[in-house]
Amino acid sequence: MKSGTSNGYFGQALKRVEDPRLIKGIATYVDDLRLPGLLHAAILRSPHAHARILGVKTEAAKNLPGVAGVFTGTDINPACGLVPCASSMPGLKAPRHTMLAGDRVYFVGHPVVVVVAASPAIARDALDLIEVDYDSLPAVTNPEKALEKDSPLTHPDQGTNVAFTWLLANGDVDGLFAQADRVIKQRIVHQRLTPMAIEPRGCVASYHAGEGSLTLWTSTQIPHLLRTLLPGVIGVAENKIRIITPEVGGGFGSKLDLYVEEAMCSHLAMRLGSPVKWIEGRRENAMSTIHGRDQIGDYELAVKNDGTVLAIKARTIADIGSYLQLLTPTIPTLTGLMICGCYKLKAVRFELTGVYTNKMATDAYRGAGRPEATYAIERLMDLAAAELGLDPAKIRQKNFPKPGEFPFQTATGLMYDSGNYQRALKKAQELARWDALLRQREQARQAGRLFGIGLSTYVEICGLGPSKIMAAGGWEWGCVRLEMSGKVTVITGTTPHGQGQETSFAQIVGDRLGVPMEDIVVLRGDTASAHYGRDTYGSRATAVGGTALIMSVDKIIAKAKILAGALLGASAKKIDFRNGRFWVKGKPKNAIDWKRLGQEAYEAKNLPANLEPGLEASSFFEPKNCTYPFGTHIVAVEVERETGDVKIVKYVAVDDCGPQVNPLLVEGQVQGGIAHSLGQVLFERTVYDENGQLLTGEFTDYPMPRARDIPEYVIGSTVTPSPSNPMGVKGVGEAGTIGANPAIANAVMDALAPLGIRHLDLPLLPEKLWRAIEEKTAGRKMKKPRSQS
Amino acid sequence: MKTSVNIRVNGTSRTHDVEPRLLLVHFLRDLCGLTGTHVGCETTICGACTVLLNGQAVKACTILAVQADGGEVTTIEGLASNGRLHPVQEAFWECHGLQCGFCTPGMILASVELLQHNPRPSREQITHAIDGNLCRCTGYSHIIDAVQSAAKKMARPEKAK
Repeated sequence: MKSGTSNGYFGQALKRVEDPRLIKGIATYVDDLRLPGLLHAAILRSPHAHARILGVKTEAAKNLPGVAGVFTGTDINPACGLVPCASSMPGLKAPRHTMLAGDRVYFVGHPVVVVVAASPAIARDALDLIEVDYDSLPAVTNPEKALEKDSPLTHPDQGTNVAFTWLLANGDVDGLFAQADRVIKQRIVHQRLTPMAIEPRGCVASYHAGEGSLTLWTSTQIPHLLRTLLPGVIGVAENKIRIITPEVGGGFGSKLDLYVEEAMCSHLAMRLGSPVKWIEGRRENAMSTIHGRDQIGDYELAVKNDGTVLAIKARTIADIGSYLQLLTPTIPTLTGLMICGCYKLKAVRFELTGVYTNKMATDAYRGAGRPEATYAIERLMDLAAAELGLDPAKIRQKNFPKPGEFPFQTATGLMYDSGNYQRALKKAQELARWDALLRQREQARQAGRLFGIGLSTYVEICGLGPSKIMAAGGWEWGCVRLEMSGKVTVITGTTPHGQGQETSFAQIVGDRLGVPMEDIVVLRGDTASAHYGRDTYGSRATAVGGTALIMSVDKIIAKAKILAGALLGASAKKIDFRNGRFWVKGKPKNAIDWKRLGQEAYEAKNLPANLEPGLEASSFFEPKNCTYPFGTHIVAVEVERETGDVKIVKYVAVDDCGPQVNPLLVEGQVQGGIAHSLGQVLFERTVYDENGQLLTGEFTDYPMPRARDIPEYVIGSTVTPSPSNPMGVKGVGEAGTIGANPAIANAVMDALAPLGIRHLDLPLLPEKLWRAIEEKTAGRKMKKPRSQS
Repeated sequence: MKTSVNIRVNGTSRTHDVEPRLLLVHFLRDLCGLTGTHVGCETTICGACTVLLNGQAVKACTILAVQADGGEVTTIEGLASNGRLHPVQEAFWECHGLQCGFCTPGMILASVELLQHNPRPSREQITHAIDGNLCRCTGYSHIIDAVQSAAKKMARPEKAK
């Protein structure tokens, strides 16, 4: 089933439909909402990583003029349920995740008291009047020490810091390691990161006492999952909850959760009889919105001398923080599932231990477990190439499945849908002018400069996904309605928040219906219009949500043919449809358009017997498999010896996300994704000190890429359609972040290789590089550095 | 104790009695109803709240409304004239210089200020001018393209039709 291309929108780099309101400053984000009688919530958070609460004095705050209420855990927790986690991992130990702290706090930022007041300023003033008496307890901050017998405990009542263990073992790992000529070993620390969407979280809850219903506006990626989950927390039935996501100022996985504040504002709106708004501050965002990554892995790769890779082993620890958010335990399992990368490994053993520490919870952050996998396997491939004296591109090619071997079953049990890894690598090498780049490196090295080339051939998992692998279902829903006027309303169950599906979905539907894009409106992010949806994450919206729309369009066309046939005096079988027009075969001059059909369908005077009025269809698309985008990134860097500064000299990205609905939006996703990797590789890290104090609580301490850090890209693509959906699209939201990390890091390590530096953990901050360079060059500084091939 | 502040916002005189601690960004958002100016950090780092104060790009989250008394402010809502987008707005649209749009008003105003005093900026000059503006979505490349494209548009204004 190929998409109809009567308007030729599919594949065009069209500018976005959603932009005018955004560039004029007249779009509505959650903080822009104004409701009559609106109250404002502010939250007092724990300054301790671990402490017993001995007492809370709230009288002074309650007496401040303008304060509507001050609530502690004792007031709120008994009236609410717990924050849900979707994981059903066997043996998972889950602490009771209440709205506010009970008699203990477990991380810096743990909500202790909530104040509701007439203005945000009064609410904040009231926080200063609250006294909390804490008895500080030892904090658990190092996940490896947390596993030692005498370690303090994050949750003393659980008797252990182990949250879960998970094992993925397939194939004859020990036998293959015994056959290996060499075993490449490397310990890798995947540092903790803070997502830092520029719009912090926030919500407004409004309770309608007459109907007993609740409306929650919230800056989230998952209005539909919230509607499913919130009843269990606040006691309002699913069919009396409406969730609206106005504009959402960036998510990157950090808004893929039911957070305490959303449930608590809902509860308080009911309790106080007034709408309640809460807007997160940046410091709050850094401490109480989920973090990402944070794994330590000991990896071993079994290889033959000719470069054939046989099997991989990993023992990993995931520092998951103090509580479980929606997908906390699931994320590091994705690392295990993708640990084979693009290579024909025959066996795998991935041992994972999730560890509680007195920190904010980790959860999905752009890439969500896959960047760790790609980074690990791509570092190992480079280390293997170096040890065996092989070309890093050739060792990769040697172990790729051939294009004819797809669908390709990996050692981890996944079925890669389609791929041509050779073609993406070749194209990237061409765009990078690979041979010239090698010569450039040789010349630079001869001149004593630290010049390196890095390669990453990645594959990732997207288009999530079949319902059997997703806790709450992996389908997507979409509705298409031809209005009486001939205009078209599209309703998607996905929740775009910057990705541009108001445009790309209009392109898809416009083509297939033969309707101009100007006549199409795409509605999203409101559970009253999109009754069902599984929302936006895992680069799934176009592959799964787009397909639900195509199914709906086809249902409308089928019905329209019956109606057109009745109006033209022929059976539906004899009706041709193209470019938005219906006619009896052989008589294209006597055609009916959508406008006429819309009118007839709703006026319903001339409908054939048994045909329902209206032209509207909705569909659930259940994918049979995920999609597996892939590509090659090539990076050249120069490291300054005197400062440790990294300069990106060349960046080539070739990504294959299948057919591209809108190449301009694809490019935006790729570039944005790469920037997240650039941050992870060069600057970003979330730091807690040994007492569990968060040291990266503001943008001042958490350096993110700025415009000056961005290289000029050479961007290319290949197109390998996915068999998992009719358009063949794969998804591109996370590809940049998954593919770029190892390419940049491998380039820096290649630059340092002549000095005998084998591996450094991220981020590769100038000081770290400078120290490593100093250590290796001390005592022979005056000598001209020896060049190496 | 409140104090009277008068600021000319997008060409309209606005007088309000405000607490001395009120930030300019809240004057604009809460008292003028101009919510296009966003708050991303309240520490002058992210630049989402950038507006033009007397022609200069400033972070409205760390200026008090009383400091802007008697001044002239242009916010994102005041940039288009007679229903026509400013060339920088047009260029951001054409070059896909925005995704979630939250940093966009500040990014556009910082770019407008740059082009006012440097009509033909180099890539380095552009990245320097928006160094105080964070974007987490686009990775900046399309923003840089947009500023370059806007500079070209402004150098050769469209002929009147």
